Amino acid sequence: MLIRGKVIKFGDNVDTDVIIPARYLTSSDPMELARHCMEDLDPTFAKRVTKETVLVAGRNFGCGSSREHAPLSIKASGVQAVIAESFARIFYRNAINIGLPILESAEAARRIKEGDEVEITLETGIIRNCTTGETFQAQAFPPFLQEIIAQGGLMNLVKKRVSS
Amino acid sequence: MDVKMTITEKIIAAHAEKERVVPGELVRVKVDLALANDITAPLSIKELEKHGIDQIADPGKVVLVADHNTPCKDIPSAQNVKLMRDFARKYGIPHFFEGGNVGIEHVLLPELGLVLPGDLVVGADSHTCTYGALGAFSTGMGSTDIAAAWALGETWLKVPESLRFVFEGEPQPFVTGKDFILFTIGQIGVDGARYCAMEFTGSAISRLSMDERFTMANMAIEAGAKNGIMEADEKTLHYVRSTGARREPKLYRSDADAWYRNTFTIDVSKIEPQVALPHLPENTRSVQSLPRIEIQQAVIGSCTNGRIEDLRMAASILRGRKVHPGVRLLIFPGSPRVLLEAEKEGLLRVFLEAGAVLAPPSCGPCLGGHLGVLAEGERCISTTNRNFVGRMGHVKSEVYLANPYIAASSAVLGYIAGPDKL
Repeated sequence: MLIRGKVIKFGDNVDTDVIIPARYLTSSDPMELARHCMEDLDPTFAKRVTKETVLVAGRNFGCGSSREHAPLSIKASGVQAVIAESFARIFYRNAINIGLPILESAEAARRIKEGDEVEITLETGIIRNCTTGETFQAQAFPPFLQEIIAQGGLMNLVKKRVSS
Repeated sequence: MDVKMTITEKIIAAHAEKERVVPGELVRVKVDLALANDITAPLSIKELEKHGIDQIADPGKVVLVADHNTPCKDIPSAQNVKLMRDFARKYGIPHFFEGGNVGIEHVLLPELGLVLPGDLVVGADSHTCTYGALGAFSTGMGSTDIAAAWALGETWLKVPESLRFVFEGEPQPFVTGKDFILFTIGQIGVDGARYCAMEFTGSAISRLSMDERFTMANMAIEAGAKNGIMEADEKTLHYVRSTGARREPKLYRSDADAWYRNTFTIDVSKIEPQVALPHLPENTRSVQSLPRIEIQQAVIGSCTNGRIEDLRMAASILRGRKVHPGVRLLIFPGSPRVLLEAEKEGLLRVFLEAGAVLAPPSCGPCLGGHLGVLAEGERCISTTNRNFVGRMGHVKSEVYLANPYIAASSAVLGYIAGPDKL
């Protein structure tokens, strides 16, 4: 699967409280959550994000609360993929479970700039910066996680096991 | 082959029904308990419904705690709790807590004897790592992972590498388990233990009360850890017996020559009472080193510091004193049992006479939900666990993390300082 998008860039330790503040967590409707995605970090985010946005961030993206509302709000806002130097582990699991593409590459996270155009081949984890011509190789997913991704999220896999 | 393992590896191996596991290995494990709260459970329930899954492997291993936006702050919160209540009824889930039975989940579950040493617990709440204080493996996940665990009775894990933290020495006055963990996070950073097990050991840990151990394990996630853990000892077993637990604890110990990615030795006699400045728990300073930082609110409670010993610490400072007129002091006992014990010991009277607001057991303002959120420009000293941007309210408010002594003395003084300044 090929993803193309324009980059919005954030720094280190973007926590799930700023991705989606707790005051909105009485809702679990992705579209409602998307309206407030990142608003405490960047009030203009909801206006800037499009169906062709790729987020790039530094270390420990998604740290803090386990709220799955965080990747849900990012996905529903239109973001096609998140590239980070590293992810907090609960966010990492949540993103895979709900089908938000994430890629870990320290080099890509450092070198890609706000506004760059990037192209990602999900199967291979190759990230190409179309603006500069650079390419980066993201960490490969272990086979078990690839299976979750291929099934379109964890619950489809659970459904299969329950009915067999 | 003689295989050396850490306590974390042993518990995971036992639940994977394997002789041994090694860090980095992906395993399927049976879970002893899978919990969710009124923010995360609704998503889990909706995921099951959306996929037409109506199998719960063992309703006795599901725990639902309505503690975050309760007593329900608005109609959507009430709808969420209703969803949990209906789900509990439909599947015959015995461990659903609300109303007068509810406490903050990570205070409540251990004291009800629902988590025991040697257990493997997962929860749709990042502070699920609290139960490591009992010598259990416990870790936070998202709502979908917990829905899967409810349906299948198992989950998948990557076996974490272990980091060992050896705490030695005698702490100074007003230095608590909270200061040990804040100091540690200050040293290694908010991703210093990312994906790892933090194993706390040493003579200073043995001397800690169970309540202080819970505080330490609770904040392992604040260093990015998968779990925090301590070996069970006599204090643990005494605690577990006092809960009337119906299952037998299983005791695991790390092998003497087990592999650790790193070992840190910390002399606690050198630690002064800590304060984590906005907006990361790693921004720790000694309280002595701070300039005069005026506060408008102080919060004592939460899954980190809402236990009876925390209230005793606060009361020891507040007895015979008054909260500063410019400060709102909010006290959240962590559970009905804590509240009752505080009543018995006369602590509630101390709080009320000092001019504190006594709140029900709830997560309340910790995550900016309700019962004490902050306005623009306000500062709060808090015994909670996170001081992220906007965590307790307005995006331009500030949270300073500290132990209950410091929170109480700051509430009296009107600025952040220790009891020595009273």
